[in-house]
Amino acid sequence: MDIRYTKEQDAIRDGVKQICDGFDDKYWSDCDQEKRFPFEFHRAMADNGWLGITMPEEFGGANLGVTEAAIMMHEVACSAGGYSAASALHLNLFGPHAVVVFGTPEQKERMLTPLIKGTDRACFGVTEPDAGLDTTSITTFARKVEGGYRVTGRKIWTSSGQVANKIILLTRTTPKEDCKRPTDGMTLFYTDLDKTKIEVRRIPKMGRNAVDSNATFIDDYFIPDRDRIGEEGKGFHYILHSLNPERILVGIEAVGLGRGALARASNYARERKVFGRLIGQNQGIQHPLAENWAYLESAYWMIMRAAGLYDAGQPCGAEANAGKFLGGRAAFEACTRAVMTHGGMGYSTEYQVERLFRESILLRIAPITEQMILSFIAEKVLDLPKSY
Amino acid sequence: MKLLVAVKRVVDYNVKVRVKSDKTGVETAGVKMSMNPFDEIAVEEAVRLKEKGVASEIVAVSIGVSQAQETIRTALAMGADRGVLVETDVAVEPLAVAKVLKALAEKEGAQIVVLGKQAIDDDMNATGQMLAALLGWPQGTFASKVEIADGTATVTREIDGGLETVALALPAVITADLRLNEPRYASLPNIMKARKKSIDMLKPEDLGVDVTPRLTTLSVSEPPVRKAGIKVPDVATLIEKLRNEAKVI
Ligand SMILES: Cc1cc2nc3c(=O)[nH]c(=O)nc-3n(C[C@H](O)[C@H](O)[C@H](O)COP(=O)(O)OP(=O)(O)OC[C@H]3O[C@@H](n4cnc5c(N)ncnc54)[C@H](O)[C@@H]3O)c2cc1C
Ligand SMILES: Cc1cc2nc3c(=O)[nH]c(=O)nc-3n(C[C@H](O)[C@H](O)[C@H](O)COP(=O)(O)OP(=O)(O)OC[C@H]3O[C@@H](n4cnc5c(N)ncnc54)[C@H](O)[C@@H]3O)c2cc1C
Repeated sequence: MDIRYTKEQDAIRDGVKQICDGFDDKYWSDCDQEKRFPFEFHRAMADNGWLGITMPEEFGGANLGVTEAAIMMHEVACSAGGYSAASALHLNLFGPHAVVVFGTPEQKERMLTPLIKGTDRACFGVTEPDAGLDTTSITTFARKVEGGYRVTGRKIWTSSGQVANKIILLTRTTPKEDCKRPTDGMTLFYTDLDKTKIEVRRIPKMGRNAVDSNATFIDDYFIPDRDRIGEEGKGFHYILHSLNPERILVGIEAVGLGRGALARASNYARERKVFGRLIGQNQGIQHPLAENWAYLESAYWMIMRAAGLYDAGQPCGAEANAGKFLGGRAAFEACTRAVMTHGGMGYSTEYQVERLFRESILLRIAPITEQMILSFIAEKVLDLPKSY
Repeated sequence: MKLLVAVKRVVDYNVKVRVKSDKTGVETAGVKMSMNPFDEIAVEEAVRLKEKGVASEIVAVSIGVSQAQETIRTALAMGADRGVLVETDVAVEPLAVAKVLKALAEKEGAQIVVLGKQAIDDDMNATGQMLAALLGWPQGTFASKVEIADGTATVTREIDGGLETVALALPAVITADLRLNEPRYASLPNIMKARKKSIDMLKPEDLGVDVTPRLTTLSVSEPPVRKAGIKVPDVATLIEKLRNEAKVI
C-alpha cells in the first residue's frame, strides 16, 4: 500500500496553487459581497488547461483520474477562494461525465471541447422543488415531438445558471407510475440554456455568493434530438455514474475549505495577544484547533481512499459517501472554530473566516445531506432495512 | 541554436529556514524544496527565445541530489525540451558547478547558457561569471532584457544607478535578474507533456569534473533578532534622534 504522491501529483498541486495564489482575499471577498462570478479566475484555470483534467485527451483534456482531480480541487478550496472558487470549476470535472461515457463522438467534440477551453459554462439541473432528494420523483417532462422534445418543468438550486450557457438537464420521458422501476423513464440532455426562453431566477442565499443558484422555469422548451445523451429512459442510470466522483470532489473541497480556515485561525492565534499572552498559548484555543486538524486529516485520507478505489475501477460508494460526510462535518467544525478563535474579528468581513463559515454549512447539505448518507451506509454497508 | 539552462533545487522561498542545532547548515529534512526563483526566470527566458524561433532546443541541467530531477521536471513542464541531471550528493560550490556546466555546454554544443543571477540558498552570485571565464565566452549578467539577432546577444543589465546595455558575440553566458520576465505557470497540458520528456543521468566523473568542496563552513547561525522600534511624539524629536543618537544627519 503506497499513499505517497507521485511527482506528477506534486506538480499538479504546485501548478494549481500558483494560479490560486494570484487571486487574493480582496478578490474573493469582493466577488462574495458583490455576488459576482469569478470570471478572471475561471479564465486563468481554463487557459492553463485545468478544466480538462478528467476529460479525454482528444478534446484537449488530460485524461487523469478522480485522484488528480481531487488533488486539484483540494488546492483550489484551500486557497482564498474557498468553496466559491471550487464551485466555479467543479461542474467541469464530472458534470459532463455522462457525455464522456455515453455521448456520441460528434457530441463529445461539440460539447466537451468548449467546456475544456472555458468558452462554454454548464449548469446542472437535477433538483426540483417538489422532489428534493427523492430524485426519481422529478416531474419535469420531455414530450417527444418531431426532431426533438418539448420540455416543461421547474428546477431549483441550479448553480451558476446566471453565467452558464449550457444545462445538463434530467427529465422524465415516462411518468414514474408507468415505469417498471422508479429509476427508469428518465432522460438526460445537454443543451443550450437559452435565457430568452428559460427563466433563470437567482435565489438569495446565505453564502458562496460568488456562484449563483437559481430557480429555473422551463415552459414548452424545444430540445433537439442531437442534445439527448444516450438512450431515452436511461438518464438516471447515466447520472449515477458521476455520483461517486462528485461525492469525492465535494468531500475534498470541504477538507480544503476547512484547512484554509484552520490555517487562518492558527495564524491569528499565533499573533493575537490578550491577557499579556498569545491567545494560541491557551489550551482552550489550541486543543479545538488540533482536533480540527485531526478530523480534517482523517476525512482527507478517507476521501483519497475512495478516489483510489474509483480510479482502480472498484466499488467505492460507501467510502465516497463517508468521505463526503466526514469532510463536510470537519469543514463546518473547522470554519466555526476559525470564527470563534478570531473573537470579535471572526465576525468581521475583513478576516475572511465568516465567509468560509457561511460556505461550510452548504457542504453538509448539498449535493446530498448527511441523513441520506447515513441511510445509505446503514442500508448498504450495515445491511439494515432501507428506511426511505 | 541550442540553449542550456541551469536549474538549482533550493529550499522554497516561502519556507522560514531554521538553522540546524549543530550549526553546520540549515534544516532541509522534510522541508519543501523548489526551483531557485531566478532559475525560473532563466527557464522562462529560454522558452520565450524558443517561441520566438531563436532557439531550437532547450536543455535544463541540474547538478545535485537525485531529487533534483523534480526541479528539472518543473523546467520541462515550463517548456524545456529535455533534462540532464549530474548527480552528486556533494554540496556543490559555484566553481564545481561552473566546471560541470562548461563540460556540458561543450558536449551539447550550446550557443547560450542561461542561469539565474544567484541562488537564494547561498546567495553566491558567482556561477555564471565563473562559467563565462572558464569557457572564455562573453557574459551578460543581471539581465533585465535580452535580444538575440545575427549572432549577437544584446543584453540590458541592471547595475547600480541605472541600466547598461552590452552586445555579446555568441556563444555567451547570460544570468537572469528579477525583472527580466515573469515566469509562466506550469499548465496542465505541459505537465502531461513533461512526463514524456527524458532526463539523462550523469555523474561528475562522466564529465571529468572533480566537485570536491574547496570551502569549509565554520558555522551557520540565525541573523540577530531585530529589536522593536520606538515611537516618537513629533518630528522635532525624530530629527533630534536622527542627528544625535543615530548620527545619520
Ligand atoms: C447552494 C446550493 C446549490 C445547489 N446546487 C445545485 C445544482 O447546481 N444542481 C442541482 O440539481 N441541485 C443543486 N442543489 C440542490 C441540492 O442538491 C439539494 O438541496 C439537496 O440534495 C437537498 O435536497 P432538498 O433541498 O430538496 O432537501 P429535502 O429533500 O427537502 O430534504 C430536507 C431535509 O429532510 C431530510 N430528509 C429527507 N428525506 C429523509 C429521510 N428519508 N430520512 C431522513 N431525513 C430525510 C434531508 O436530509 C434534509 O435534511 C443545490 C443546493 C444548494 C443549497
Ligand atoms: C458585532 C459585534 C458587536 C459588538 N459590539 C460591541 C459594543 O457595542 N461595545 C463594545 O465595547 N464591544 C462590542 N463588541 C466587542 C466584543 O465584546 C468582543 O469582540 C468580545 O469581547 C471578544 O473580544 P475580542 O474580539 O477582542 O477577542 P480576543 O480577546 O482577541 O479573543 C480572541 C479569542 O481568544 C480567546 N481567549 C482569549 N484569552 C483566552 C484565555 N486566556 N484562555 C482561552 N481563550 C482565550 C477568546 O475567547 C477568543 O476566542 C462587539 C463585537 C461584535 C463582533
